[in-house]
Amino acid sequence: MATIANQKTALLAVKDVCVEFRTRDGMVDVLRQVNFALHPGEILGLVGESGSGKSMTSLAIMGLVPKPGGRVKSGQVLYRGEDLVQASDTRLRQIRGARIAMVFQEPMTALNPIHTIGRQIVETLLLHSAFTKIEARQRSIDLLREVGISSPEQRVDEYPHQLSGGMRQRAMIAMALACEPDILIADEPTTALDVTVQAQIFDLLRDLQQRKGTAILLITHDMGVIAEMCDRVAVMYAGTIVEQGTTAEVLEAPMHPYTRGLINCLPESRLSDADWLAEIPGVVPALSSLGAECAFKERCEFQTAACARSPDLSVALSSVPLMSSVSGDPRPFARLVACHHPLLASPSSVVSAP
Amino acid sequence: MNQVEQAPFISVDRLKVQFERRVAWGQPRQTVHAVDDVSFTVEKSRTLAIVGESGSGKTTTALSLMRLGPITSGAITMDGQVLSGLKGEALRQFRRHMQMVFQDPYSSLNPRWRVVDIIRAPLDVLGIGTPAERDERVTHLMTEVGLRPDQCDLYPHQFSGGQRQRINIARALAPQPSLVVCDEPVSALDVAVRAQTLNLLKRLQQQFGLTYVFISHDMSVVQYMADTVVVMLMGKIVERADRETFFNSPRHPYSKVLLASVPSIKNAGVRPISRVRVTGEPASPINPLPGCRFASRCPSAEARCHHETPSLIAINPLHEVACHLVPSTL
Repeated sequence: MATIANQKTALLAVKDVCVEFRTRDGMVDVLRQVNFALHPGEILGLVGESGSGKSMTSLAIMGLVPKPGGRVKSGQVLYRGEDLVQASDTRLRQIRGARIAMVFQEPMTALNPIHTIGRQIVETLLLHSAFTKIEARQRSIDLLREVGISSPEQRVDEYPHQLSGGMRQRAMIAMALACEPDILIADEPTTALDVTVQAQIFDLLRDLQQRKGTAILLITHDMGVIAEMCDRVAVMYAGTIVEQGTTAEVLEAPMHPYTRGLINCLPESRLSDADWLAEIPGVVPALSSLGAECAFKERCEFQTAACARSPDLSVALSSVPLMSSVSGDPRPFARLVACHHPLLASPSSVVSAP
Repeated sequence: MNQVEQAPFISVDRLKVQFERRVAWGQPRQTVHAVDDVSFTVEKSRTLAIVGESGSGKTTTALSLMRLGPITSGAITMDGQVLSGLKGEALRQFRRHMQMVFQDPYSSLNPRWRVVDIIRAPLDVLGIGTPAERDERVTHLMTEVGLRPDQCDLYPHQFSGGQRQRINIARALAPQPSLVVCDEPVSALDVAVRAQTLNLLKRLQQQFGLTYVFISHDMSVVQYMADTVVVMLMGKIVERADRETFFNSPRHPYSKVLLASVPSIKNAGVRPISRVRVTGEPASPINPLPGCRFASRCPSAEARCHHETPSLIAINPLHEVACHLVPSTL
């Protein structure tokens, strides 16, 4: 478990971040008031379905929201107290890759196919540190060895296509770790890999986090990965965080009906092999059609009049249920849920035929 | 099994599929042993799941079974009909009995066709029913898979991924097949949509007595869908067992690693860092060396594993394993 720390010592604090995109249907909010903090040495999981805003959150942190078309409308991304939303491009370039590094989903598209692995790591090192070319090359070899690539002296001069998928992802991790960042953002780092290779990559990430104390923001759609990797978890739905807490708390007693639905629809949540899978009725709403009501309202079995609270023009966003600390005092790892009717005791999944 | 020996609904016997490929200019062609001596049977109205890593030959096996891919040698029989020998019009007519649901709900639907045309296509191609009957069947199928019949004039892009997969399923069911091959049908879908789609497939199976060959790399999906599990590794079957046996007591080291690698919500906070892992890289399916295909990665490989290929041996009537280290108890 991560060390107990309060909001002030958070390495990264994402505060009320809203991101909007221009589309044919007008401006669409793809992130709506995203709030969370990442503490030194912890692994925080960001889980949600496609389109829920997980990847957009990571892009907003890195100052990589696609332009033109998208922009951070409001909010702050505080890295050691410095607001990255307001930072200049020059300053962002100093931080990106050096202090906050990223591992992407598709190693084949994230690596440059016409440069050797070594050259791509050396580039990062030369950009952010005072190494000479020879030192940087030696350091790349050490990094490749560190992430478990065999015969790194030879691999360093190979091209991405000469490596297997798992090796490429290891090379990407080596590149991300080149400048010993404080924060590693891993966006679905294993979706393109086989399950046995996925397990190896997660072992590697966990090992690095334990040895170097790198804080990891792990983005995934897989609750099993959250369970095995993360200290804490934030569940995203339709562009906002709906629930946050320690992994054990959230998985054992989810408080948001969406989180519970997400857990219950996994085959392993069934009580017996003869049971059907639980389903969440309906579909994820289009972000462009979201009004001021709760985004999960239409699919929720507990909806009441409160969930459709009429919008107030002066504070339009605050009529969306705000994150409220259910566990009382603002503990650093407070249990947060965005729901008018949080589930207090979660009955275990009972599934009937659809 | 031990009742009166009845011919299985589908039987694949010693199937081999090989491809020739040139690795680099000026070098001789090499043979890729994509499927190497694979045999299995499927009973009617049951689900056989084929699992394995990418490149293990699971999709190639399915394509050969569908007669959409080459067969180098071996025999495939379905309902008494020798499929592997069918040609031309006879094969075309037989296709109504076997249909396929593809992995990617985006690329598997023609973006310029309306849903009604997509679902009708197999009926039109195979000349089943009158035009009016076909339209009626489309309406019926759309209701059956959970789409509204009034959506039939829409185009695929107007649907979500889950709905597109329903269109795919409706198209597969149109000619009333008895075998449906599902190639990773839910791997492109989100968990919530995945549950809806798996339940739909299961309900349709019960309703129409469908036989499924279900290809997946997702063990939890397999546990939900399969009656029998076949594990493939580099073109060979390494283990075959009924679902319960496979998930409770897998015997092949590769199956064990596979199951131990699956992240589970039941492991919250457990951090099984010391569980079984493989190291090393898979061997190449091009001109494979003799010996077990898993030997280079196996935690318990012995000397003979590297030069003697283990054959698939029954350890009980429902359970076969290809491993030198698993003693036959029969």
